[in-house]
Amino acid sequence: MIAGKIPPLSRRRALQAMAGLPLLLAAGGTRAKETLGFDELYKSFGVLGLQFSDKVKRLSGQSVSIGGFMAPPLKAEAAFFVLTEIPMSLCPFCSSDADWPDNIVVVYLGAKQTFVQYNAPIAAQGTLEFGPWTDPETGFVSQLRLRDASFDTV
Amino acid sequence: MHVTCGFYGSGEPTSNDEASRMRKLLLALVSATMLSGMAQAAAIYPLDRATVLAGSPFDFKVEFDGVVKPEDVKVTVNGQDYETVFGKKAEFVAEEKGKEDKVLGSALILRGLTIAQAGHYKIEATAGDQHKQVDWEVYTTAATPKAKNIIFLLGDGLSVAHRTGARIMSKGMADGKANGRLNMDDVPPVAFIGTSSTHSIATDSANTMSAYMTGHKARVNALGVYADRTPDSLDDPKVETMGEALRRQTKKSIGIVTTAEVEDATPAAVVSHTRKRGDKAQIVGMLYDVKPDVLLGGGSAYFLGKDVPGSKRKDDKDYIALFKDAGYALATDKVELDAAAGSNQDKLLGLFHTGNMDVTLDREFLKKGTVDKFPNQPGLVDMTRTALDKLSKNPEGFFLVVEGASIDKMSHPLDWDRALVETIEFDKAVGVAREFATRNPDTLIVVTGDHTHGVAIIGTVDDDKPGTEMREKVGTYDNAGFPNYEDKDGDGYPDRVDVSRRLFMAANNGPDHYETFRPKLDGVFVPAIQNEKKEYVANEAYKDVPGAVFVEGNIPRDEDTGVHAVDDIVLQAAGPGVEGLTGYMEQSDVYRALADAFALGAPKK
Repeated sequence: MIAGKIPPLSRRRALQAMAGLPLLLAAGGTRAKETLGFDELYKSFGVLGLQFSDKVKRLSGQSVSIGGFMAPPLKAEAAFFVLTEIPMSLCPFCSSDADWPDNIVVVYLGAKQTFVQYNAPIAAQGTLEFGPWTDPETGFVSQLRLRDASFDTV
Repeated sequence: MHVTCGFYGSGEPTSNDEASRMRKLLLALVSATMLSGMAQAAAIYPLDRATVLAGSPFDFKVEFDGVVKPEDVKVTVNGQDYETVFGKKAEFVAEEKGKEDKVLGSALILRGLTIAQAGHYKIEATAGDQHKQVDWEVYTTAATPKAKNIIFLLGDGLSVAHRTGARIMSKGMADGKANGRLNMDDVPPVAFIGTSSTHSIATDSANTMSAYMTGHKARVNALGVYADRTPDSLDDPKVETMGEALRRQTKKSIGIVTTAEVEDATPAAVVSHTRKRGDKAQIVGMLYDVKPDVLLGGGSAYFLGKDVPGSKRKDDKDYIALFKDAGYALATDKVELDAAAGSNQDKLLGLFHTGNMDVTLDREFLKKGTVDKFPNQPGLVDMTRTALDKLSKNPEGFFLVVEGASIDKMSHPLDWDRALVETIEFDKAVGVAREFATRNPDTLIVVTGDHTHGVAIIGTVDDDKPGTEMREKVGTYDNAGFPNYEDKDGDGYPDRVDVSRRLFMAANNGPDHYETFRPKLDGVFVPAIQNEKKEYVANEAYKDVPGAVFVEGNIPRDEDTGVHAVDDIVLQAAGPGVEGLTGYMEQSDVYRALADAFALGAPKK
């Protein structure tokens, strides 16, 4: 189902990952000029909705690198995967009572790329897009996306 | 609450080869049985031994194995043609389709059937050599209500260990005697409740609360329906919910208060009909249809149209606006909840989080979780008090469900400190309800859980025991002693959970994980994460916590967290109508006692 050899998640990486994203962003983001952290996506959270940050609006349409974790995909051949701030302990695609956090980024890959171990820290680069969009194939609605993206393990 | 892959959240399609293989295998087995056994139609819904409230609408369905001719179908009720007894003709479906248009067989469906006459009903269905028989009991209730109000307090996953732990943590213990009593300690235990589901001894929060709120057992993940064989989650045979029965028979107000999303399984069960609890967007619509007068909790993401960042809907429906247009005041934080409590608008929608609300330990003490994003969330106690203020204005009375949701949500990830503090909070809500009942003795109070967890307290962990190995610091028997939690400010919560001699609580099941023997002060415990083989492996982030030991899992590797137990639940109750709750009861029997207290099945005059 998932091609290629998958490097095991090293303890160092896991700890780095838990320790904080700035470290990851420094390590990743080689191709994109701008980096965006999960704590920079929204300027406000509220019961009646979230508001995109000025940085997201400014970087829209530009090449951006975001560090995070690849959630287990909907299916192996899916055109997109979900990037999360922290590793997902539940699988919303497969568990009826699990649900996505509200600050996910959906990553559409530009070219086929072997998926890494889920929940391993990665840096994804692509063209930033914000606003609601429904994936035509799966009906999955997203608010923030990277288009023509690629990713590196960090 | 956890279910394994197989039922899909948010209606997402998925490819799961394992599941597909399993389905094929099961189909093969079913066919084999059919060939050898014959003579059994697949199913009649409601199932055998169903108990049905007289006058309550429900869907009647017969599923035949394979395609049958309509002229070969014969259905009788107590030996008479069903149409004569039911007064309605069922729709014949020649071919029900499964996944990939596979023909499952023919079916008869009669929606919205009601039976007014109490008694035993023997339903027989035949087609060719297929034959199936079920027996139902239709029951009436007292002609006049015994109780004006019912407060149904449900600790999700509330097991005996949770209440023992909450008591010791909150009140302390000396010389073997508790130094104080929980509020729930003075509500008499009256029954043991069997929580099993229609297809399994094991159970989840959907089918369990559904049984309490409909009087019919359901399948895991299902709410207000019998799970049928078709893939559509919204076409399964329905049974009436408590919310609907109250609207049909009374002018009472309805309140739902939870620390989870209001469209989560437990609150949803008061009004909903779906095979799949994950149909949260549709469940919000079902809440809107019944319009509970007071609806407080989290889960605003499913009330927002899809264009609003933070929304989890796939359509443009703005349920915030719809509820407001229907006369609801809206509260989105503690301050607005207080303001709403003082206003004379009787309908109140309070949504305090886009998802599940933060747990008490994070909200009030550690400020972890999402408390930075939603800093002014009220707790269960404030919500319960406001709900009672509002609902009690109705001279006809009310039905209020109060759910301490995160006792369960913290027990799944084996985060016992958070689960126990949630239990203390739930107990304080019980205290508010008891206070109300003291002033209003025409109120029936029920305190129970929906299912248990495989959890127990076996002693203490004492940091001051010699050595570095945490395992050696576990005190059992005489060596456990008493924990040294303190509550100097007298708020009922321990001033800190990370004391030097603390409770040692553990589950009898779980995924691979590291036991750290310590409270998780930085955030909820994440015992295991999924790897590329979709197996849950121990979360390495806890490996280097001093003294942590690896605990090998004993449940399948595709299960992410600890699971529910099959053990009975304790049900406590006091007030008018309590006599209907006694001994061992199936969860579905509890509904009958509630319906009787409210005379929901009073014989037609």
